[in-house]
Amino acid sequence: MITVIVFVLIGIGLLFASVRLIIGPTVADRVVSLDTFNVIVIGIIVLLSFVFERALYLDIAIVYAILAFLETIVFARYLEGRYGNH
Amino acid sequence: MEIISGVFLIIGGLFYALGGLGIFRMPDTFDRIQAGTKATTLGAFSLLIGVAFMFPSWSLKLLLIGLFIAISNPIGSSALAKATYKSFGGPSNLERDDLKEFLGGAKDVD
Repeated sequence: MITVIVFVLIGIGLLFASVRLIIGPTVADRVVSLDTFNVIVIGIIVLLSFVFERALYLDIAIVYAILAFLETIVFARYLEGRYGNH
Repeated sequence: MEIISGVFLIIGGLFYALGGLGIFRMPDTFDRIQAGTKATTLGAFSLLIGVAFMFPSWSLKLLLIGLFIAISNPIGSSALAKATYKSFGGPSNLERDDLKEFLGGAKDVD
């Protein structure tokens, strides 16, 4: 019962973040919303391992955290190089 | 133990929802970075603590995930803020802008 409430709350956050991902006026807004998206997805994976009682799923969360960090840094560098010269 | 775990899980979900709401409602890109990073960091920590209360043998992996979020989220948000400043300019309601002078001095080095 508690996990259903937590999933609904996380879903609300994910919904608002994806709305900003779609309507965001600039590229930077979309990248920021993607960063938030990644942290929320890490939380969802941890909660799924809590629901299914498998400790193995936490490894997926660790790998996803590493990849999400690399993705954020790469997008930030791309933004600087693409739009930063004026 | 289940009650403590449930309280932490609900706090985590609430902060995730508030982070998403902040990223939807805030008027400026820098405000969105602030809302979307800090609130979700607290939400993730609370969620991890809630799971660790329920399964104490998972604490090492949960601590590793929490450590990684604590390192990567501020670094990512500061890199994003710097990229946003360089490409789209600073916030419109600033009274003084020290970063502009700093970057103007260091531009030819970069």
